[in-house]
Formats: sequence, C-alpha cells, structure tokens
Amino acid sequence: MKIPYYPGCTLNTTAKGFDLSARESAQTLGFEMEELEQWNCCGACFPLSPGNVMALAAPAKVLTNARKEGESVTTLCSVCYNVLKRTNVALNEDKARLAAVNDFIEEDYDGSLKVVHMLEVLRDTIGFDKVKEAVMRPLGKLKVGAYYGCMLLRPFKDVGIDRHEGPTIIEDLLTAMGCEAIDFPDKIECCGAHLTMGREDVVEKLSGNVIASAVNRGAEVIVTSCPLCQYNLEKSQESIMETNAGHKEVPIIYFTQLLGLSLGQTDEMAGLDGNKFDIRPLLKERGV
Amino acid sequence: MKMNINKDEIQSYAIEQLERISGEATKNCYQCGNCTGGCPVSYEMDIAPSKIIRMLQIGKIEAVKAANTMWLCVGCLQCHSRCPKSVSVASVLDALRQATFRSGADHIDVKEIPVSFLKNTPQQAIVCGFRKFVS
Repeated sequence: MKIPYYPGCTLNTTAKGFDLSARESAQTLGFEMEELEQWNCCGACFPLSPGNVMALAAPAKVLTNARKEGESVTTLCSVCYNVLKRTNVALNEDKARLAAVNDFIEEDYDGSLKVVHMLEVLRDTIGFDKVKEAVMRPLGKLKVGAYYGCMLLRPFKDVGIDRHEGPTIIEDLLTAMGCEAIDFPDKIECCGAHLTMGREDVVEKLSGNVIASAVNRGAEVIVTSCPLCQYNLEKSQESIMETNAGHKEVPIIYFTQLLGLSLGQTDEMAGLDGNKFDIRPLLKERGV
Repeated sequence: MKMNINKDEIQSYAIEQLERISGEATKNCYQCGNCTGGCPVSYEMDIAPSKIIRMLQIGKIEAVKAANTMWLCVGCLQCHSRCPKSVSVASVLDALRQATFRSGADHIDVKEIPVSFLKNTPQQAIVCGFRKFVS
C-alpha cells in the first residue's frame, strides 16, 4: 500500500530524523510513504483572519498538486497538517474564496482532497493493535510524555484529530509500543513557536514550563510531532541546564523515532544522531 | 482608570475594517476572561487578550495598535478554544497585524536577523516569523 506523503520544508533540513524514521516505520508496518512529485512550502502558518486570502495560495497549491496524485495526502509535521487541513476547510466552506484562490494560482482545485496525519494513518488505517503486534523491542516501560502542542489539535472544528482538551492519540500509540505514557498538564500548551525569532525569552519560559510539567509527572522522554516544538524544547532545555545543575536531561524526540526503535530499527534508521539530547544512554540503562 | 468614550471612535472605519478582516464581532464578548486565563503569553502583554477586546468595543483602537500584544500572540488558539462565545482574539490580533502591514510598517528589520539564526533554526520558524512580522 502506497500513501501520498507531503514532507514539508523542515523535514528536508533540520528534522531529517523525523522523515527517515517515519518512512522506515511505515515500511515495517507494510505501507510506503511516497513523497509527492511536486510540492512547495505550506506557508508555515494558517492565516487567522479570513480576509487574508492571499496567504491561502501556497497551501492551496500543495493541495492541488497532491490531488493530482491521489485522494489523500499524509503529513508528519503538525504545522503542515494544520495549515493544509484548515486551508482545505476554508476553501470548501466558501466557494467564492476557492474561486479567487484558483484564479490566483491558475489551477482548478475542487476541495476534494483528504488531509491526514500519520498518527491517523496508524490509528485508523493500520490500527494500534497491529502496531503492537509488530513491536520487536518493547521499550521497557520507558516513561514517555506525549507533547501535543497547539497545531495538532486546534481549532477542534477544523482539525479534529482528537479531543482538543485531554487528547490521547499519542498516549495510545505509546502504550502500543510498550512504553508507559505519562499524562501531564501542559501537554497541549504552546512552546512559544515563531517567537524564537526575536523573543527567545518567551520561548524559554513557555518551553521550560512544558518540560517542567512533564518531568514533574515522571517523564524521562518527551515525544512530539512538530519540528518547531522539538527545536524550542531542546534549545530551552540547554538554557535550563546552564542555570539548574540538578536538572536531568530529557531526550526530546519525534514519536516516529521511538516507534522506529520499538519496531527494531537501527539507531541510524531512527535518525537518532540529529537529536541534541541522546536517548541511547537511557535505553542502555533500562537494558532495552 | 478614567476614559472618554465617544460614538465616533466606536463606529470608526478602523474598527469596521478590523472586524471585516478578522471576521470577528468584538461585541459578542462579555468579558469572562477565559482567553486571558488560557493565553500562555498574557504575562508579557501590555494589554491582555480580554482587555484588547474590551478596548475595541469602546473604540480605543489606537491604544490597541500601540500595545505589544499583537506581536506576542503565538496563534496557539487557546483563547478561541476556551471562549464560550467563540470569539478568536488571535484572529483579531492577526487582522491588526494585517492592517499594520497594509500601512507599510514592518515589526522587524530582516537585515538585522543574524545569519547564524537563519542557518540553525527550522525553516518553519523563519517562514512563520516573516509572515507574522514583515509585510
């Protein structure tokens, strides 16, 4: 089974481990993530004011090209998922807007593409029970905090991957992988996102809150599905370690990397070298 | 704090334009404060999210434009998610940024961004930052 796949700009550069581990995991689970032949950046933020039609052009172009290759497109990055899915909703709910965007990008997109996240593929197409059966290396009750952030969940009306307060889709996957999923209060809070451009102080505070919230509940690892969350949390943790000698470092990795390891992938296949905080010493400590 | 309220400011073109761009009706807000309670960056804002809406209800758009609030909104949508009246303060702040950009004013000078930042930061942060801060 082949699934049309949109990587987005960041998975080709700073988040290569996310891309690699997802593709390898898909192979093990019996499907192939086939990269779209033609794609461009989604724009990295959905225009929140409906009067800003121009900002829909880039994501609409992605949707148009994806529709030419199939009925659905799968993403990994939470932001790409949010932008593409919301753009699709915005174009479908207002035909005049769809016509204006089509005129601008010189296409004839009809709004019929389905945008899905890899988590949905694993839950709804493959099934977490099948994932559980495929696990070759149960991760020894590793205590893992599932960090959702914003873009995977909100707004519920347009995105709807899971409940926007108290989601469990990542925890359910972690449980299937043999980990102990840790619920923590800040799992749906923002990391500071693009404020990393110019307001690192805010990012450090917000991401620091997320890390502290997870650690206080006992998390030893934090998983995410967003390259910007991953970057902000890693960078903030570096600052925390400079000022707090007692802080025990927490690997911040993509859920696909942990999935890959549980499916028996090598460290290279799981793209572990790209992470600032290495999970391997912890795995060794637990004997897995 | 004493403040003069007048009809001309409440019915100004700027307020009308803001509601048109944002698609939000500020009068729907009854000031419960959930948005400010949910906002992760409100601690750093000159005017908190719920107060932004109140200021717009009484026509004080110039004070709202002068505040740092629109440049600190991360667009996480906790305000919208928790609003009992489905008002999206994030959309109002986005519209304020759009109106500012239409006047040709940028929030940051691209030339001043360090090259090391552009080399090491995820593309999505750079693209998103440009869209939020530059016309």
